[in-house]
This record gives sequence, C-alpha cells and structure tokens, in this order.
Amino acid sequence: MNNIRELSKDESSGMTIIVKTISRLVLSFILLFGFYIILYGHITPGGGFAGGVILSISYVLLMLAFGSKVALAKLSNFWASMLDNLGALAFIVIGFLGLTGGYFMTNFIWHGHPGQLISAGIIPLCNIAIAIKVSAALYAIFIGLSIYGRIVTEEEK
Amino acid sequence: MNALFHVLMLFMLIGAAVAIETKNMLSSVIAAGAVGFGVSLMFLFLGAPDIAITQVIVEVLSLIILIRATTFADNRAIERKMDSFSTVTGLIFIGFLVMAAVWAFQDLTPFGEPLMRVSRRYLSGTAVETGAVNAVSGIILDYRAYDTLGEAIVLFTSILSAFVILRRRGKKDIEAEDTEEFGILEQEQL
Repeated sequence: MNNIRELSKDESSGMTIIVKTISRLVLSFILLFGFYIILYGHITPGGGFAGGVILSISYVLLMLAFGSKVALAKLSNFWASMLDNLGALAFIVIGFLGLTGGYFMTNFIWHGHPGQLISAGIIPLCNIAIAIKVSAALYAIFIGLSIYGRIVTEEEK
Repeated sequence: MNALFHVLMLFMLIGAAVAIETKNMLSSVIAAGAVGFGVSLMFLFLGAPDIAITQVIVEVLSLIILIRATTFADNRAIERKMDSFSTVTGLIFIGFLVMAAVWAFQDLTPFGEPLMRVSRRYLSGTAVETGAVNAVSGIILDYRAYDTLGEAIVLFTSILSAFVILRRRGKKDIEAEDTEEFGILEQEQL
C-alpha cells in the first residue's frame, strides 16, 4: 500500500492536480455506488452487469487520472484476467450446484421474503459473480487497448 | 409522450448522420456517443431503468475507450468518392429494405401494447417463484439464466481473444529473448 501512495504522489504521471484531487474525492463514491447496484440488483433496478461496469469505470478513472502505474499496482493485468476467469467459473459453478435442486441453474437456495436484501436464492450470488467477471474483463480490455496499444505506437514512431 | 420519442429519434438520426459524415474522428466518436445517450433516454422514458442504467454506463466506458483509441491513431478520414454504380445498388437495396420492412411490420402490435404471452406469467410469478422484487433480475437470472450464461461466455471469449490479439509479445518471443541472453543455441543453429 505504501508503494501505491508514493506512486500516486508522483506528479509526472497522470493528469493535473485538479483531476487527481477530484478523483480522490469521487472514486470511493463510484465504487460504493457500484457495490450498491450489484448487491441490490434483485430489489432495485441494476444488477451484476451494470454494477460491474461501474466498478470497472472506477478503475479506468484511476488509470486515467493517476497513470497506469498506480492502477496496475492496485490490480495488475494478470489479476484482472484471473478475476475475469474466476468470475465466469463461479457463475458456472453456481449453475452446476443447481443440479442439486433438479436441473442446471435451479434457484436451489431458500428464497426468503421478497424485498429483503438476503432473498431471491441464487440471484444475488449470480449478480456478484457476473459483477466480478464484468468489472475485471472491461478493466482488462482497457489495459489491453491503452497500454499495449501505446507501446505499439511508440515502437512504430 | 409520443412527441418526446419523435424528438429523441430525430436527435439520434442527426447524431448518426453526423457520426458518419464528419471528417474529424474525435467528433465522429462524440456524435456516436450522443446517439447512445439518446437511446438510454429513450429506455428511461419507456420505463426500463435497468436497460437505461446499463446503456448509459456502457456508453460512457466505450466513449472513454474510443476517445483514448482515436487520440493515438491518425485522424485522417478515408476519402472515397461514391461512383454511380455503388450509389444505384445502394439505393436499390435501401428500397428493398423499406419494402420488406413495411411488409413485415404490418403484423406487429401497436407501439406500447406488447403481446404478453409468456411475459404475463413472468411478471405475475417473479416475486413468488424467484423471490426477486426486481422482475428483470428475476427473469435474466432465474427464468432465463441460461441466456445470461451464454452472454457471459460471449464476453469472456471476446476478452480472451482481445488479450491474445493485442498482446505484442507472445510466449515465443520471450523464449527467444532468453536464448539470446543466456546464450543457449537453438536447434537450427547447432
């Protein structure tokens, strides 16, 4: 963590101090809103995909404002790819666990009372799995398109 | 309400035309983003907040990625004059498309009055059968979870292939660098 703090104070990388200050203030709220959208996906509008994209946007903002070193120190491209795989695997594992209730993707957990946070069986779990998968995947795409692409342009120039 | 939809549609059509016709790549990307925001407003006023949220967020992310991509690329628009043959064939195909669309859309139900055969059961049964108050979540993760699995697999595969294609150095290159560094000769050199 100390390393990240030092990296984020490096003024040569990333955008101006105005953008950095605003990002410091806003980033945690974006993350919080993403978690809210994911966890309340079965009660209010939203869900795993939308919340996952919000989480990935917070990482994209981190990368744009503070430079790629800080963002990659938080979540490296290896771990982004790994979380992408783990999220997809978790979704399929939940689907196969549904076989205990009869068939693939059964809602096998007790449904609870509609409207409460812990209800609706596997739907919140699926939302979380999809959110991990989507957030890591879109962040990985941004890494791939910005960092790898920039190396290519510098080499060609 | 209908007038609002017509204004939004006109806005989206103008945005799409600007996105195609403008010479500057950056303004083209921004015009495409305007079309996306028009779509999300449309979904919001049609009463689909789930899709509106997803649309507006994905639009923001894709706009960031596209702007990032276009600022590094050379912004020359491809100049190509339409010859008469391609214009005529294009017009003929547009005519066919309009005719087929008019023929096909006659059987459609009026705007805002869907057929509601399967969906009626979904809407009435979601809260009881799945326990989810948000009907959209109940449908996509319980009734139609298999569809969502397919969607997740599509995203997974596309991102895997994007990583493979965008990666500049393959594993073979790293091995070749090692042989250079440590002086291990390859089979052919021996």
